[in-house]
Amino acid sequence: MASFFDRMFGRNREGSSATAKDRLRFVLQYDRINIPPEKMEEMKREILEVISKYVAIDREKVDIALEQRDRDHSKIVAEIPFAKDRVLQIGATPDENNDETQSENEAGNAELDEVTQEDSE
Amino acid sequence: MGAKVVTITSGKGGVGKTTTTANLGVSLARLGKKVIVIDADIGLRNLDVIMGLENRIVYDLVDVIEGRSKLRQAMIKHKQFPDLYLIPAAQTRDKMAVSPTDMIQVADKLREEFQFILIDSPAGIERGFRNAVAPADEILVVTNPEVSAIRDADRIIGLIEAENKGPGKLIINRIKQGMVKKGEMLSANDITDILGIKIIGIVPEDEYVIPASNSGVPVTLNPNSRAGIAFTNIARRLTGEDIPLMDLEDNGGIFNRIARLFGGGSGGT
Repeated sequence: MASFFDRMFGRNREGSSATAKDRLRFVLQYDRINIPPEKMEEMKREILEVISKYVAIDREKVDIALEQRDRDHSKIVAEIPFAKDRVLQIGATPDENNDETQSENEAGNAELDEVTQEDSE
Repeated sequence: MGAKVVTITSGKGGVGKTTTTANLGVSLARLGKKVIVIDADIGLRNLDVIMGLENRIVYDLVDVIEGRSKLRQAMIKHKQFPDLYLIPAAQTRDKMAVSPTDMIQVADKLREEFQFILIDSPAGIERGFRNAVAPADEILVVTNPEVSAIRDADRIIGLIEAENKGPGKLIINRIKQGMVKKGEMLSANDITDILGIKIIGIVPEDEYVIPASNSGVPVTLNPNSRAGIAFTNIARRLTGEDIPLMDLEDNGGIFNRIARLFGGGSGGT
């Protein structure tokens, strides 16, 4: 059905031009940001280093990528899952409140611009 | 009043800058404008050949800039259109012979006499490109519906915006509507989505283009050529006329689409 309407009103959406459009969108994001690939890798490493100072992360599941709507609107979007074992909290002391907080955190993910820490006091 | 300086650039080579510049020059002259076209591709002179003026060159742009000739001596008047002139490129290998300031000075000397100054930029993003865009009031970015051309066009668009000369306007050259419909070629809408700048013209692939350059008669002078008509339309848009983008389906309309669906009707381009 979809292809009937495609043929009636538009073009075949499964051809190579759709692939070209996706590939160009991807490539141009990085071209436009103008950060060379080595610098991107450095930036990712440093981001993970900083986060690791506060929480233990699951490096295998980390995803840090550029997103770009158009030339003027770019952002970095990061998914940085916490590691399954105990979360390291600076100044944390083992007590009941802490345990609750820590099991919440084990299930959570951190967004790059927010690292939420519940005050264990 | 003063001329409008329009630079035609692309990033990628071979997409049709020179053909576009030549044809826009001729089209504007046909519309009664006084036009001068400048070949800014130092070392790779081509605009003269496309315009059929190759055997009239005495002095070139570098001769003028280095003081070996006066500006007027390097200006070649077109035989058919007395209000159309060409300043050819030099065939020197020294790309540093011309600077952006030189180009601005040349353009300023021409601004009073002409209504349009068209500058044919070389390919690339280095000095030649910077020279060509330095005096521009408006920049036209030529691209083909093909990944590397579009990627390079994007780079150029970024560079011209960085020099505060943006946004450019897009010319999509060598579109084949049949391939677009089959999903095998990016459409004009796809390209403008990706690049984010407005289209000033869409030029279809056209078999008349090569014979035109073979004979040195720009294709816009051929009334049978759809590319030629597209160039004329771009020229008219440059003068401020609001011409709708050409319907590339010469047999468009819903009934023809239905007919094609059931095996009838003539094919598109």
